[in-house]
Amino acid sequence: MQNNDWPLWEIFIRSKRGLDHKHVGSLHAADARTAIENARDVYTRRMEGVSIWVVESKNIHASNPEEAGDLFDPATDKAYRHPTFYDLPDDLKNM
Amino acid sequence: MSVDQETIFQNKIDNEIRIEPKDWMPEAYRRMLIRQMSQHAHSEIVGMLPEGNWITRAPTLKRKATLIAKVQDEAGHGLYLYSAAETLGISRDEMLQQLHSGKAKYSSIFNYPTLTWADVGAIGWLVDGAAIMNQVPLCRASYGPYARAMTRICKEESFHQRQGFEILLTLSKGNEAQRNMCQDAIDRWWWPSVMMFGPPDTDSPNSAQSMRWKIKRISNDELRQKFIDVCAEQVKLLNMQLPDKDLKWNEQTGHYDFGEINWKEFYDVLNGKGPCNAERMTARVKAHEDGEWVREAAQAHANKIAVNS
Repeated sequence: MQNNDWPLWEIFIRSKRGLDHKHVGSLHAADARTAIENARDVYTRRMEGVSIWVVESKNIHASNPEEAGDLFDPATDKAYRHPTFYDLPDDLKNM
Repeated sequence: MSVDQETIFQNKIDNEIRIEPKDWMPEAYRRMLIRQMSQHAHSEIVGMLPEGNWITRAPTLKRKATLIAKVQDEAGHGLYLYSAAETLGISRDEMLQQLHSGKAKYSSIFNYPTLTWADVGAIGWLVDGAAIMNQVPLCRASYGPYARAMTRICKEESFHQRQGFEILLTLSKGNEAQRNMCQDAIDRWWWPSVMMFGPPDTDSPNSAQSMRWKIKRISNDELRQKFIDVCAEQVKLLNMQLPDKDLKWNEQTGHYDFGEINWKEFYDVLNGKGPCNAERMTARVKAHEDGEWVREAAQAHANKIAVNS
Protein backbone atom coordinates (compact mmCIF):
# COMPACT_ATOMS: atom_id res chain seq x y z
CA MET A 1 0.00 0.00 0.00
CA GLN A 2 1.34 3.38 -0.97
CA ASN A 3 1.02 6.72 0.74
CA ASN A 4 -0.82 8.13 -2.27
CA ASP A 5 -3.88 6.18 -1.15
CA TRP A 6 -4.08 8.68 1.68
CA PRO A 7 -6.13 11.74 0.81
CA LEU A 8 -4.75 15.26 1.03
CA TRP A 9 -6.13 17.55 3.75
CA GLU A 10 -6.03 21.32 4.00
CA ILE A 11 -5.20 22.51 7.49
CA PHE A 12 -6.68 25.57 9.20
CA ILE A 13 -5.43 26.77 12.58
CA ARG A 14 -6.98 29.18 15.05
CA SER A 15 -4.00 30.79 16.77
CA LYS A 16 -6.03 32.04 19.73
CA ARG A 17 -9.61 32.28 20.83
CA GLY A 18 -11.41 35.17 19.20
CA LEU A 19 -9.45 34.94 15.93
CA ASP A 20 -10.37 33.18 12.67
CA HIS A 21 -9.05 29.83 11.58
CA LYS A 22 -6.38 30.50 8.99
CA HIS A 23 -5.07 28.21 6.25
CA VAL A 24 -1.53 27.06 7.06
CA GLY A 25 -0.82 24.25 4.60
CA SER A 26 -1.73 20.69 3.81
CA LEU A 27 -0.81 17.13 4.64
CA HIS A 28 -1.70 13.53 3.84
CA ALA A 29 -3.56 11.33 6.33
CA ALA A 30 -5.72 8.23 6.25
CA ASP A 31 -8.71 9.84 7.96
CA ALA A 32 -9.85 13.05 9.63
CA ARG A 33 -8.71 12.08 13.10
CA THR A 34 -5.15 11.24 12.06
CA ALA A 35 -5.15 14.37 9.91
CA ILE A 36 -5.85 16.41 13.05
CA GLU A 37 -3.16 14.57 15.02
CA ASN A 38 -0.63 14.99 12.23
CA ALA A 39 -1.56 18.67 11.89
CA ARG A 40 -0.86 19.11 15.59
CA ASP A 41 2.65 17.71 15.11
CA VAL A 42 3.40 19.48 11.84
CA TYR A 43 1.84 22.91 12.40
CA THR A 44 1.57 23.56 16.16
CA ARG A 45 4.88 22.46 17.70
CA ARG A 46 5.30 25.91 19.25
CA MET A 47 1.81 26.57 20.55
CA GLU A 48 0.70 28.17 17.27
CA GLY A 49 -2.85 26.99 17.75
CA VAL A 50 -5.77 26.34 20.06
CA SER A 51 -8.03 24.75 17.45
CA ILE A 52 -7.55 22.84 14.20
CA TRP A 53 -9.85 22.35 11.22
CA VAL A 54 -9.05 19.78 8.56
CA VAL A 55 -10.87 19.70 5.22
CA GLU A 56 -10.25 17.14 2.53
CA SER A 57 -8.68 19.08 -0.33
CA LYS A 58 -11.06 17.59 -2.89
CA ASN A 59 -13.96 19.33 -1.10
CA ILE A 60 -12.54 22.79 -1.65
CA HIS A 61 -13.85 24.62 -4.72
CA ALA A 62 -11.81 27.58 -5.86
CA SER A 63 -12.37 30.47 -8.23
CA ASN A 64 -10.36 30.31 -11.43
CA PRO A 65 -7.40 32.74 -11.41
CA GLU A 66 -7.75 33.26 -15.16
CA GLU A 67 -11.26 34.59 -14.63
CA ALA A 68 -10.28 36.79 -11.69
CA GLY A 69 -10.51 39.95 -13.81
CA ASP A 70 -14.15 39.37 -14.73
CA LEU A 71 -15.07 37.89 -11.39
CA PHE A 72 -13.92 40.86 -9.37
CA ASP A 73 -14.72 43.48 -12.00
CA PRO A 74 -17.95 44.68 -10.32
CA ALA A 75 -15.96 46.08 -7.38
CA THR A 76 -13.20 47.86 -9.28
CA ASP A 77 -15.10 51.06 -10.21
CA LYS A 78 -16.90 51.64 -6.92
CA ALA A 79 -14.54 53.82 -4.95
CA TYR A 80 -17.62 55.45 -3.39
CA ARG A 81 -17.84 52.40 -1.12
CA HIS A 82 -14.81 53.66 0.78
CA PRO A 83 -15.06 56.41 3.41
CA THR A 84 -12.16 58.38 1.90
CA PHE A 85 -14.18 58.94 -1.30
CA TYR A 86 -16.12 61.75 0.38
CA ASP A 87 -14.55 65.20 0.48
CA LEU A 88 -15.46 66.84 3.76
CA PRO A 89 -14.11 69.94 5.55
CA ASP A 90 -11.30 69.45 8.10
CA ASP A 91 -13.43 71.30 10.64
CA LEU A 92 -15.89 68.44 10.72
CA LYS A 93 -15.03 66.53 13.92
CA ASN A 94 -15.84 63.10 15.29
CA MET A 95 -16.65 61.48 11.96
CA MET B 1 -1.53 32.21 -26.95
CA SER B 2 1.43 30.78 -25.08
CA VAL B 3 3.63 33.76 -25.97
CA ASP B 4 1.00 35.98 -24.43
CA GLN B 5 0.76 33.82 -21.33
CA GLU B 6 4.51 33.89 -20.92
CA THR B 7 4.58 37.69 -21.11
CA ILE B 8 1.80 37.98 -18.54
CA PHE B 9 3.67 35.54 -16.33
CA GLN B 10 6.98 37.39 -16.55
CA ASN B 11 5.21 40.70 -15.90
CA LYS B 12 3.78 39.31 -12.68
CA ILE B 13 7.25 38.18 -11.62
CA ASP B 14 8.81 41.54 -12.52
CA ASN B 15 6.13 43.32 -10.50
CA GLU B 16 6.65 41.10 -7.45
CA ILE B 17 3.22 39.49 -7.83
CA ARG B 18 3.41 35.95 -6.45
CA ILE B 19 2.59 32.97 -8.64
CA GLU B 20 0.00 30.62 -7.13
CA PRO B 21 -0.66 26.94 -7.94
CA LYS B 22 -3.50 27.40 -10.44
CA ASP B 23 -1.83 30.22 -12.39
CA TRP B 24 -0.41 29.53 -15.82
CA MET B 25 3.36 29.02 -15.64
CA PRO B 26 6.03 27.91 -18.13
CA GLU B 27 6.78 24.20 -17.93
CA ALA B 28 10.46 24.96 -17.30
CA TYR B 29 9.52 27.11 -14.27
CA ARG B 30 7.39 24.28 -12.92
CA ARG B 31 10.21 21.77 -13.47
CA MET B 32 12.84 24.01 -11.90
CA LEU B 33 10.68 24.51 -8.82
CA ILE B 34 9.83 20.84 -8.47
CA ARG B 35 13.50 19.96 -8.67
CA GLN B 36 14.62 22.61 -6.20
CA MET B 37 11.77 22.17 -3.71
CA SER B 38 11.90 18.37 -3.70
CA GLN B 39 15.70 18.42 -3.28
CA HIS B 40 15.23 20.83 -0.44
CA ALA B 41 12.60 18.57 1.17
CA HIS B 42 14.84 15.52 0.74
CA SER B 43 17.69 17.42 2.41
CA GLU B 44 15.52 18.12 5.45
CA ILE B 45 14.55 14.47 5.72
CA VAL B 46 18.03 13.01 5.15
CA GLY B 47 19.40 15.74 7.42
CA MET B 48 17.68 14.06 10.36
CA LEU B 49 20.06 11.08 10.10
CA PRO B 50 23.46 12.55 11.05
CA GLU B 51 21.98 14.29 14.09
CA GLY B 52 19.61 11.49 15.03
CA ASN B 53 22.80 9.49 15.45
CA TRP B 54 23.50 11.46 18.66
CA ILE B 55 20.08 11.53 20.32
CA THR B 56 20.76 8.52 22.51
CA ARG B 57 24.23 9.79 23.38
CA ALA B 58 23.53 13.46 24.10
CA PRO B 59 25.54 14.47 27.20
CA THR B 60 22.63 15.83 29.28
CA LEU B 61 18.86 15.56 29.41
CA LYS B 62 18.57 19.20 28.27
CA ARG B 63 20.75 18.55 25.22
CA LYS B 64 18.78 15.42 24.44
CA ALA B 65 15.40 17.16 24.61
CA THR B 66 16.77 19.97 22.43
CA LEU B 67 18.15 17.57 19.84
CA ILE B 68 14.89 15.62 19.64
CA ALA B 69 13.01 18.89 19.10
CA LYS B 70 15.46 19.95 16.42
CA VAL B 71 15.26 16.65 14.55
CA GLN B 72 11.46 16.79 14.75
CA ASP B 73 11.61 20.28 13.25
CA GLU B 74 13.61 18.94 10.31
CA ALA B 75 10.90 16.34 9.68
CA GLY B 76 8.33 19.16 9.79
CA HIS B 77 10.36 21.24 7.33
CA GLY B 78 10.48 18.29 4.95
CA LEU B 79 6.70 17.97 5.17
CA TYR B 80 6.06 21.70 4.54
CA LEU B 81 8.20 21.49 1.43
CA TYR B 82 6.79 18.21 0.13
CA SER B 83 3.25 19.55 0.32
CA ALA B 84 4.30 22.84 -1.28
CA ALA B 85 5.93 20.86 -4.12
CA GLU B 86 2.79 18.76 -4.54
CA THR B 87 0.87 21.92 -5.54
CA LEU B 88 2.96 21.81 -8.74
CA GLY B 89 1.49 18.46 -9.75
CA ILE B 90 4.04 15.92 -8.53
CA SER B 91 2.89 13.29 -6.01
CA ARG B 92 4.50 12.57 -2.67
CA ASP B 93 5.19 9.00 -3.78
CA GLU B 94 6.93 10.09 -6.91
CA MET B 95 9.22 12.35 -4.90
CA LEU B 96 10.02 9.62 -2.38
CA GLN B 97 10.73 7.17 -5.18
CA GLN B 98 13.10 9.66 -6.78
CA LEU B 99 14.92 10.02 -3.46
CA HIS B 100 15.11 6.30 -2.72
CA SER B 101 16.22 5.35 -6.23
CA GLY B 102 19.00 7.94 -6.11
CA LYS B 103 17.50 9.92 -9.00
CA ALA B 104 16.90 12.99 -6.84
CA LYS B 105 19.72 14.71 -5.03
CA TYR B 106 19.84 16.13 -1.54
CA SER B 107 22.34 18.46 0.07
CA SER B 108 25.83 16.92 -0.02
CA ILE B 109 26.56 18.07 3.49
CA PHE B 110 24.57 15.19 4.96
CA ASN B 111 26.94 12.65 3.46
CA TYR B 112 29.57 13.54 6.04
CA PRO B 113 29.70 11.57 9.31
CA THR B 114 29.00 12.91 12.82
CA LEU B 115 31.97 11.51 14.70
CA THR B 116 31.74 13.32 18.03
CA TRP B 117 29.23 15.29 20.11
CA ALA B 118 30.93 18.51 18.97
CA ASP B 119 29.70 17.72 15.44
CA VAL B 120 26.14 18.36 16.62
CA GLY B 121 27.25 21.83 17.69
CA ALA B 122 29.15 22.44 14.44
CA ILE B 123 26.15 21.36 12.37
CA GLY B 124 23.90 23.78 14.22
CA TRP B 125 26.30 26.68 13.92
CA LEU B 126 27.74 26.14 10.43
CA VAL B 127 25.36 23.90 8.50
CA ASP B 128 22.17 25.49 9.80
CA GLY B 129 23.85 28.87 9.60
CA ALA B 130 24.60 28.34 5.90
CA ALA B 131 21.10 26.98 5.37
CA ILE B 132 19.53 30.07 6.97
CA MET B 133 21.60 32.34 4.77
CA ASN B 134 20.37 30.42 1.72
CA GLN B 135 16.80 30.28 2.92
CA VAL B 136 16.05 33.82 4.06
CA PRO B 137 15.99 35.17 0.47
CA LEU B 138 13.73 32.24 -0.50
CA CYS B 139 11.01 33.65 1.76
CA ARG B 140 10.54 36.13 -1.10
CA ALA B 141 10.61 33.49 -3.87
CA SER B 142 8.13 34.12 -6.67
CA TYR B 143 6.15 30.92 -6.06
CA GLY B 144 3.68 31.54 -3.21
CA PRO B 145 3.54 28.08 -1.59
CA TYR B 146 7.36 27.86 -1.59
CA ALA B 147 7.77 31.32 -0.07
CA ARG B 148 5.21 30.55 2.63
CA ALA B 149 6.87 27.24 3.53
CA MET B 150 10.25 28.99 3.70
CA THR B 151 8.89 31.69 5.98
CA ARG B 152 7.72 29.06 8.43
CA ILE B 153 11.04 27.20 8.17
CA CYS B 154 13.17 30.30 8.74
CA LYS B 155 11.26 31.14 11.90
CA GLU B 156 12.18 27.73 13.31
CA GLU B 157 15.78 27.54 12.08
CA SER B 158 17.03 30.30 14.32
CA PHE B 159 16.83 28.10 17.40
CA HIS B 160 18.79 25.39 15.56
CA GLN B 161 21.71 27.68 14.93
CA ARG B 162 21.73 29.17 18.41
CA GLN B 163 21.64 25.82 20.18
CA GLY B 164 24.56 24.68 17.99
CA PHE B 165 26.68 27.68 18.86
CA GLU B 166 25.87 27.19 22.53
CA ILE B 167 27.11 23.59 22.38
CA LEU B 168 30.42 24.77 20.89
CA LEU B 169 30.67 27.66 23.33
CA THR B 170 30.31 25.23 26.24
CA LEU B 171 32.98 22.94 24.80
CA SER B 172 35.27 25.90 24.08
CA LYS B 173 35.29 26.72 27.80
CA GLY B 174 35.93 23.12 28.80
CA ASN B 175 39.11 21.13 29.34
CA GLU B 176 41.78 20.56 26.72
CA ALA B 177 40.14 17.44 25.33
CA GLN B 178 36.82 19.27 24.96
CA ARG B 179 38.47 22.26 23.28
CA ASN B 180 40.27 19.94 20.87
CA MET B 181 37.01 18.20 20.09
CA CYS B 182 35.42 21.57 19.35
CA GLN B 183 38.24 22.63 17.00
CA ASP B 184 38.25 19.25 15.28
CA ALA B 185 34.53 19.48 14.51
CA ILE B 186 34.96 23.01 13.10
CA ASP B 187 37.89 21.77 10.99
CA ARG B 188 35.82 19.01 9.46
CA TRP B 189 32.55 20.95 8.90
CA TRP B 190 33.90 24.28 7.71
CA TRP B 191 34.69 23.56 4.05
CA PRO B 192 31.65 21.36 3.39
CA SER B 193 29.52 24.20 4.84
CA VAL B 194 31.19 26.74 2.55
CA MET B 195 30.36 24.46 -0.37
CA MET B 196 26.67 24.36 0.61
CA PHE B 197 26.11 27.54 -1.40
CA GLY B 198 26.75 25.56 -4.56
CA PRO B 199 29.24 25.99 -7.40
CA PRO B 200 30.73 29.41 -8.19
CA ASP B 201 28.47 31.73 -10.21
CA THR B 202 30.66 31.24 -13.27
CA ASP B 203 29.90 27.51 -13.12
CA SER B 204 26.23 27.54 -12.14
CA PRO B 205 24.24 27.00 -15.35
CA ASN B 206 20.71 27.44 -13.97
CA SER B 207 21.41 30.52 -11.90
CA ALA B 208 20.60 33.20 -14.48
CA GLN B 209 17.17 31.77 -15.33
CA SER B 210 16.45 31.15 -11.65
CA MET B 211 17.25 34.81 -10.90
CA ARG B 212 15.08 36.00 -13.80
CA TRP B 213 12.18 34.00 -12.37
CA LYS B 214 12.98 35.24 -8.87
CA ILE B 215 13.24 31.77 -7.44
CA LYS B 216 16.77 32.62 -6.50
CA ARG B 217 17.38 36.17 -5.33
CA ILE B 218 21.05 36.34 -4.40
CA SER B 219 23.92 34.57 -6.18
CA ASN B 220 25.86 31.61 -4.76
CA ASP B 221 29.12 33.55 -4.42
CA GLU B 222 27.48 36.55 -2.81
CA LEU B 223 25.80 34.39 -0.16
CA ARG B 224 29.00 32.44 0.40
CA GLN B 225 30.97 35.62 1.01
CA LYS B 226 28.35 36.84 3.46
CA PHE B 227 28.51 33.53 5.34
CA ILE B 228 32.30 33.60 5.55
CA ASP B 229 32.31 37.22 6.75
CA VAL B 230 29.85 36.39 9.52
CA CYS B 231 31.56 33.18 10.66
CA ALA B 232 35.05 34.68 10.64
CA GLU B 233 33.84 37.08 13.33
CA GLN B 234 31.71 34.59 15.28
CA VAL B 235 34.55 32.06 15.59
CA LYS B 236 36.50 34.59 17.66
CA LEU B 237 33.95 34.22 20.47
CA LEU B 238 34.81 30.54 20.57
CA ASN B 239 38.56 31.23 20.64
CA MET B 240 38.81 28.73 17.80
CA GLN B 241 40.17 28.93 14.23
CA LEU B 242 38.52 28.40 10.87
CA PRO B 243 40.73 25.93 8.95
CA ASP B 244 41.78 28.34 6.20
CA LYS B 245 45.27 29.81 6.27
CA ASP B 246 44.28 32.32 3.56
CA LEU B 247 41.38 33.74 5.57
CA LYS B 248 42.17 37.42 5.97
CA TRP B 249 40.27 40.68 6.34
CA ASN B 250 40.55 42.80 3.21
CA GLU B 251 40.27 46.55 3.90
CA GLN B 252 39.65 47.36 0.26
CA THR B 253 36.77 45.01 -0.42
CA GLY B 254 35.35 45.17 3.10
CA HIS B 255 35.18 41.39 3.09
CA TYR B 256 37.28 38.45 4.16
CA ASP B 257 39.51 36.88 1.52
CA PHE B 258 39.46 33.11 1.67
CA GLY B 259 41.35 30.13 0.31
CA GLU B 260 40.60 27.95 -2.65
CA ILE B 261 37.59 25.64 -2.43
CA ASN B 262 38.10 21.99 -3.32
CA TRP B 263 35.33 21.64 -5.90
CA LYS B 264 36.48 18.15 -6.84
CA GLU B 265 35.45 17.00 -3.37
CA PHE B 266 32.07 18.73 -3.80
CA TYR B 267 31.34 16.96 -7.08
CA ASP B 268 32.63 13.62 -5.76
CA VAL B 269 30.26 13.74 -2.80
CA LEU B 270 27.42 14.95 -5.03
CA ASN B 271 28.00 12.02 -7.33
CA GLY B 272 27.76 9.45 -4.57
CA LYS B 273 31.38 9.13 -3.47
CA GLY B 274 31.07 10.87 -0.09
CA PRO B 275 31.84 9.09 3.17
CA CYS B 276 28.19 8.29 4.02
CA ASN B 277 26.13 8.39 0.79
CA ALA B 278 25.32 4.68 0.81
CA GLU B 279 24.72 4.57 4.55
CA ARG B 280 22.28 7.49 4.43
CA MET B 281 20.26 6.01 1.61
CA THR B 282 20.13 2.57 3.23
CA ALA B 283 18.88 4.10 6.47
CA ARG B 284 16.27 6.20 4.64
CA VAL B 285 14.90 3.29 2.61
CA LYS B 286 14.85 1.08 5.69
CA ALA B 287 12.91 3.70 7.65
CA HIS B 288 10.39 3.91 4.82
CA GLU B 289 10.00 0.14 4.57
CA ASP B 290 9.83 -0.33 8.34
CA GLY B 291 6.98 2.19 8.39
CA GLU B 292 4.94 0.21 5.88
CA TRP B 293 2.87 -1.57 8.54
CA VAL B 294 1.98 1.72 10.19
CA ARG B 295 0.71 3.12 6.89
CA GLU B 296 -1.25 -0.06 6.25
CA ALA B 297 -2.77 -0.08 9.74
CA ALA B 298 -3.81 3.57 9.46
CA GLN B 299 -5.48 2.87 6.13
CA ALA B 300 -7.23 -0.25 7.48
CA HIS B 301 -8.50 1.76 10.44
CA ALA B 302 -9.75 4.54 8.15
CA ASN B 303 -11.56 1.99 5.97
CA LYS B 304 -13.22 0.44 9.02
CA ILE B 305 -14.45 3.82 10.26
CA ALA B 306 -15.75 4.71 6.81
CA VAL B 307 -17.77 1.45 6.65
CA ASN B 308 -19.21 1.89 10.15
CA SER B 309 -20.26 5.52 9.76
